Order: sequence, then structure tokens, then C-alpha cells
Amino acid sequence: MQVTINVNGEDRTAEVEARHLLVRFLRDDLGLTGTHWGCDTSNCGTCVVLFDGEPVKSCTVLAAMAAGHEVRTVESLETGDGLDPVQQGFIEQHGLQCGFCTPGMMMSARALLDRNPDPSEQEIREAISGQLCRCTGYLNIVRAVQWAARHPAGTANETETETAGSTP
Amino acid sequence: MTVRSYGFGAIALEAAVQVPATFEYRRASSVEDALALLERFGEEARVIAGGHSLLPMMKLRLARPEFLVDINDLHELDYLRLEGGELLIGALTRHRTLLESELVGRLFPIFHDAERVIADPPVRNRGTIGGSLCQADPAEDLSAVCTAVRAVAVILGPGGRRSVPMQEFYRGPYETAVGAGELLVEIRVPVRPNAGSAYRKVERKTGDWAVAAAGGALSLADDGRIGWAGIGLAAVSTSLAGYRRVEEALVGREPTDELFTEAGRIAAEDCDPLSDLRGTEEYKRHLAGELTHRALTLAAERARAAGGTGGKDA
Repeated sequence: MQVTINVNGEDRTAEVEARHLLVRFLRDDLGLTGTHWGCDTSNCGTCVVLFDGEPVKSCTVLAAMAAGHEVRTVESLETGDGLDPVQQGFIEQHGLQCGFCTPGMMMSARALLDRNPDPSEQEIREAISGQLCRCTGYLNIVRAVQWAARHPAGTANETETETAGSTP
Repeated sequence: MTVRSYGFGAIALEAAVQVPATFEYRRASSVEDALALLERFGEEARVIAGGHSLLPMMKLRLARPEFLVDINDLHELDYLRLEGGELLIGALTRHRTLLESELVGRLFPIFHDAERVIADPPVRNRGTIGGSLCQADPAEDLSAVCTAVRAVAVILGPGGRRSVPMQEFYRGPYETAVGAGELLVEIRVPVRPNAGSAYRKVERKTGDWAVAAAGGALSLADDGRIGWAGIGLAAVSTSLAGYRRVEEALVGREPTDELFTEAGRIAAEDCDPLSDLRGTEEYKRHLAGELTHRALTLAAERARAAGGTGGKDA
């Protein structure tokens, strides 16, 4: 069957089987390999993309079900103006080590900040609670999102004291 | 199929097939269209909404429908409203919508308790109440919640419209009253005055299926005694509605800690858990009792807090 999905602002069409998963459509058909493919059981969350603006696990959505909808992947974060504040935050706060979970984490963070520009630490932890990171212990990911919240323009402008993890 | 564990996540660990078998996909454009497709394909068709239970089961070949009828475009089934003393929940209402609804939280905090611990935010963005109930996993939280609050499922099919109480809707693991050619369209929850409800769950990690969970709902009579009580437990039995003895022990009594301890003791006796990788039978029985106690204690607190106004703002 033929499906057309608006991916990162552009209509993309491919001939796919009904059982084709959205994550495969993005990676195999469009070559957008920024979206990672991990557990394939909707547990790990590395395949998170934004579906009509909200995070979903693309290993558990059929490409056919996404037809006619807007999907946003990690490739869309960087624009002509530079990196998204979330991306810059991951750099500033060392929010990754191996990087496998990072695309999904950044997309959940972007969706969170779009809805809530000033989230609490708890709200950040809740927002990424469906995603696994085996390197950072999450602390630096939370700090990265906090950094992005404080720098909506995306550029560092001061030396700061970080707060995540300072209280139980 | 043989159910060795409540919560198919336990089975999922053993398999590694990552693409569903082939099927035909149809996107329904209206409820009528969905019903026509379901009638045409009969037993070989499955409805897909959020897909977060069905697709993993299809990957594992635990489900092999030949036709999938996608109902995600049926926005007319995505609603929450009060009508005639009942909370009406459209079957396509997403978990997230339930969790974020002030109306639901005020009238039935048990839904918010449960939704906070159902899977995780991306999954809750897709999953629906109708899908959860139709999946009928014995460890599924909303089935227990809907049993406790005495919800009624409204099913449409070739024979017209029928209403089925939750206790009859859930027929056992992965089986419901929804027959071939039928579609669950609505869940109706009766609003009671001076009522409170709560859900308590123990899980191994965030987003996991319950090791055990208990939902309790009750309303207080004018003299402060329990006028009505409903109980639903998840993950500790192949039946949801086997707690009549607990409910009978509560009605007409003062809502005391001793009473709720006794209620927990009966629940622990009457449940039927299996030992699996989430815990031993003994541990789950202990949890069933303790969580019933905690859920009822919180439900009673909420009923008292609602006292005088609870339900009337309906």
C-alpha cells in the first residue's frame, strides 16, 4: 500500500506493506537513521518521535497508521539558526555517553518544553520515564533539559550552578 | 493459549520476532464504516486503536489477525462527558486524556491513580481505554478500575447496541464480551454521591505490569457507614469480579482501619495468583491484601473529603 506521511514538514510517500513499522519507514525508506531502533517492544524508547507533536514509540506504530499525520524526528531539531536548545543542552551538560538513547530523549524533551517551557525536575524525569539510558544514570540528561529550558535561544550566556540531583 | 503469567510482557522476553505477520489494513472512516468492515471480515479481523498491546502481540505471533481495522480516525469516540448521572468515556479516549482530565480526577480519582502508573508517557499518548479493556490482560489496570467502579461497556454490532457490566465484559484472560463484528464504543461509569475511589499498584519498575494492584470504590451513607463498595484487583486472578465477599463485608459498616484490614484479608484469600517472574504466589497474596487495605483507606478519605458535595456537581 502507498502511504504519505508528513515527516519534518515534508510529505514523504512510499510503497509499504501494511505491517511496516513507522521506525522502519523512517530509517529504511527515508534514510532518517537518527531515529534509533532498540528493543522493538515499546520499552526502551530510543525510537521516540513526535506524532502530531507528541512523543510516541515508533516501533509500535504502523507506517499505515501514521499516514496523513505529522511526524517529527531528531533530524528536524537543527535548523538554519543552529542547534535546538535541547541539543545544545546535551552538549553543555554531557547528556550522553554512547548516544543510543539520545535521539528519543531529545524528542521527548522538545515536546515537554513546547508544552511547558519551565518544567520542574520531577516533570522532566516523568517526561523521559518511558526511555532507558544505560550510561548517564539520567542525571546529566535532566540537567541537559534544564539547561535547554533556561536557554530558549540555545546559546550559553553565563556560568551556572546546576541543580538536578542536589535534592532527593 | 496457556497463560503462564498475567501480563504478556513475561512471555515477550522469550521471543525475538520483530515484525508482525502479514495482514490487510483498513482505516475506518466512521463508526458505521468500522462496523461494516468488522462484519465483513468477521472472526479474522481485529480493531486497532493505540496498538500498544496488539502490535507487540502480533510481533510475537500471540495474535495473528488477517485484517486490522484502524479506528484512530473515529474522533467521535474520543470524549469525556457527564450525562444523566454517569461519566461517559468514549472508547477511543487516550490514557493521557483521562490522566489530564480534571473532571475524571474529581469524580473518579481511581482513574488518575491508575493512569499515572500505566506504562509511560509516550505509550499513554497512544493507548486508549477501549483498547485496554478489549485487550483484557489479567494484569491490565483499567479493567480492575472499571470493575471497581461498576462501569458498563456499550457495544455496537450487527444486532444493535447493548450494554454489558464490566463483570460480564471481562470473560477471562484476553477474552471479552465483544464478539465478531462488534465494536466497543463507550464506557459508562455511574456517579455516586459521597463517593471516593483509589487504586494502588506495586510494579517492579516504572511502566511495568503490576505485580499486584487493587482498586477500591465506596460511598458513604448519611450516618457515615459504607453504603456501597466495589473492588477490582489486577494481576492476581484470571477473574476480575471475584471479590463479592469483600464488598459484602464492607457495606453497612463503619469505615475503620480494622474493617479495611479485614477486607484485605478476604481479598488475599479470594484471589488466585500464580508464581512467576514478578513474584511468588505468597508475595502476591500479601500484596493483594495490603493494596486492598490501602486503596480502601484512601477511597474512604476521599469520600469524606467529597462529603456533602461529592457527586452533586454532576
